[in-house]
Amino acid sequence: MTFFETKEVVKQYAGHTALNKVSISVPKGSIFGLLGPNGAGKTTLIRIINQITGPDSGEVFYNGKPLSTNDIQRIGYLPEERGLYKKMKTGDQAVYLAQLKGMSKKEATKKLKVWFDKFDILPWWDKKVEELSKGMQQKIQFIVTILHEPELLIFDEPFSGFDPINTNLLKKEILNLRDKGATIIFSTHNMGSVEEICDHIALINKSEKILDGPVDQIKKRYRTNTYKLSYTGEFDKLDQILNSDFEIVDREKGIECNTLKIKLHNGSSSNDLLGLLLPYLNIVSFAEIIPSMNDIFIRVVKESKKF
Amino acid sequence: MNKIFIIIQREYLSRVKKRSFLILTFLTPLLIAGIYAFMIWMIMKDDTEKRTIAVINNSELVKPVKSENFTTFKYLQNVSFEEAKKNMTANGYYALLVIPKDILKSQTAELFSYKQVTIEVKSDVGGQIRDHIEKIKRSKIIVESNIPDLEQKLAATRTPISMRTIKFGEGGQVKESSTEIAMAIGFISSFIIYMFIFLYGVQVMRGVIEEKTNRIVEVIISSVKPFQLMMGKIIGVAMVGLTQFIMWVVLSGIIITIGTAIILPGIDLDTLQQAKTLSELPQGAGSLNPDQFKMAQELLGTFDLPYVAGILGAFIFFFLGGYLLYSALFAAVGSAVDNETETQQFMLPITIPLILAMYIGFAVAKNPEGSLAFWGSIIPLTSPIVMLVRIPYGVPIWELLLSMGTLIGTFLFVTWIAAKIYRVGILMYGKKVSYKEIWKWLRYHN
Repeated sequence: MTFFETKEVVKQYAGHTALNKVSISVPKGSIFGLLGPNGAGKTTLIRIINQITGPDSGEVFYNGKPLSTNDIQRIGYLPEERGLYKKMKTGDQAVYLAQLKGMSKKEATKKLKVWFDKFDILPWWDKKVEELSKGMQQKIQFIVTILHEPELLIFDEPFSGFDPINTNLLKKEILNLRDKGATIIFSTHNMGSVEEICDHIALINKSEKILDGPVDQIKKRYRTNTYKLSYTGEFDKLDQILNSDFEIVDREKGIECNTLKIKLHNGSSSNDLLGLLLPYLNIVSFAEIIPSMNDIFIRVVKESKKF
Repeated sequence: MNKIFIIIQREYLSRVKKRSFLILTFLTPLLIAGIYAFMIWMIMKDDTEKRTIAVINNSELVKPVKSENFTTFKYLQNVSFEEAKKNMTANGYYALLVIPKDILKSQTAELFSYKQVTIEVKSDVGGQIRDHIEKIKRSKIIVESNIPDLEQKLAATRTPISMRTIKFGEGGQVKESSTEIAMAIGFISSFIIYMFIFLYGVQVMRGVIEEKTNRIVEVIISSVKPFQLMMGKIIGVAMVGLTQFIMWVVLSGIIITIGTAIILPGIDLDTLQQAKTLSELPQGAGSLNPDQFKMAQELLGTFDLPYVAGILGAFIFFFLGGYLLYSALFAAVGSAVDNETETQQFMLPITIPLILAMYIGFAVAKNPEGSLAFWGSIIPLTSPIVMLVRIPYGVPIWELLLSMGTLIGTFLFVTWIAAKIYRVGILMYGKKVSYKEIWKWLRYHN
């Protein structure tokens, strides 16, 4: 079921188009990766979702209805450019930001204490923000984003500036939120994290969406029918055995075993390949090479440049 | 709507709790009162220093200066100037007065000392010699002209005139007033407005820049509209300004009441105002001399309740109106830049009308009815300051209403424009912004 949707959204700034007819559809309860190089238009799209700015044309739907002002209460947003009032006390500031999201002071204080405790920053409640480390400030920003239990969460480069331990902490919390039913939009150009946590993605380049869908399907679509095969022993008649259906794209000699990368052509299957090779080789492992999101990203962006 | 109150509350509390605010609010009235008290004390303080002044009298005048109160004159006989000078310190003389032989012609005497002679001693010595010579000349004329009772007749010609200025009130009643006081009130209140607009306008601008450079602004405007954030800040800071002003009024009131009680014990202000002459006042007012009595009456006559309330009301209206108008501009400037050093090119169009208004104010104080006064107090960029200079003199009600109406209208228009600039500006990082760029922003829709 689609929870959030944009249809043919266009946004223009004087003399340049930030978004050109971008349609995305975010399924309920998914982690949706919004990918693209810097300056592609991700932030503009996110600002439209947050109603910081409006689209010039096109439609935006939230939970099946056109996006309205009241929906802001149900959205949590962690911007890429984020900060806090330096001179304000940490606790007061978190309460203030929660109040702006429509929470009562009492409720906000109660919940914040729980989260501060969970993230080990409770002792800093009465300290000024400028006395905190950058990591602690990031934690506070994260807590403030999710405190009002929004249905839709938007994280713009959430892991930038986090150390590996805190990144893991954050990932765990994000997955936790998804399991509790929140829908999450995740904007990044860090492909590693996309593969780990996203179910769906949309790839935006130069103001246009060039690819979208579930991650596993995209990966399938972009697989190249290439297999990786390791074997032990010496064998020099490989090229004679393999016919034109099988192309060796890479060969590598190792200390214990040798590795081949073989691309299959003309509808031949992996079984055909194994059948051919089994009589001659002592096979150690055999697996399909699935392209990483990083490879797909680079490939798609390069291809789109040709047009 | 509720959210704008949360913003106002934060903006207000975060500033009022600052140490600098508390110091400025409580110390300023005390400081001013302290300076006045010190000046009055200096003037009132009697000179109780005992001094002996040596006199070398070379003229034919007989003892032209006489010892009185704390100053003693010692006439030196047959002592040369050099000798007297040498022994001055040894004999404990404060100064050496030399009256020349031809004093009647030269009209000059000399006072020598090692330390700077005080003004009082100087004028006292000069006055005594002058009186002495005048007396001699006068008696000579009286004797020569042979007119009976001439001395008394001459004395009777001296007629000091004191001007009472009385203003017709709205209902035809008359009341004592003072031009000088009206002028002073006008200047002081318009200067306070000028200062407040600058002080608090710049605070709004700094606040906007702070939010922008802190990168907190995007978090906030994902919860509230940029307009709410801007207005919340402007209103919050306005309330800080009003709090400060009201505290000043209250504190000054307390200080004045205490001060009056100390200077004029036993008289309440009503009795003082009712009294026609000094002699009608009860005991205890004896310390007032006629000049002080007249000044006190003028002050009280000018400061009657409706007049004060009127000025206070106008002050608050024009302070708020002027502040709102300018602070919206300050907020727009703050949103367009990345740090305070970049504000200068945009500050100029804001500061020029403000400073101009102050100069017009000076001219208007001399002629509160001219066309400069009229236009200066109608045009909204200068009216908050110029009108306040005029109000203590009395302004026709239609002019007042016109000025207020224009101010409100312009404020709404300027805020609308400023909000458009603000909305785009706060999300622009690392871009050097020009006027041309801002013009573009104005035409962005949403």
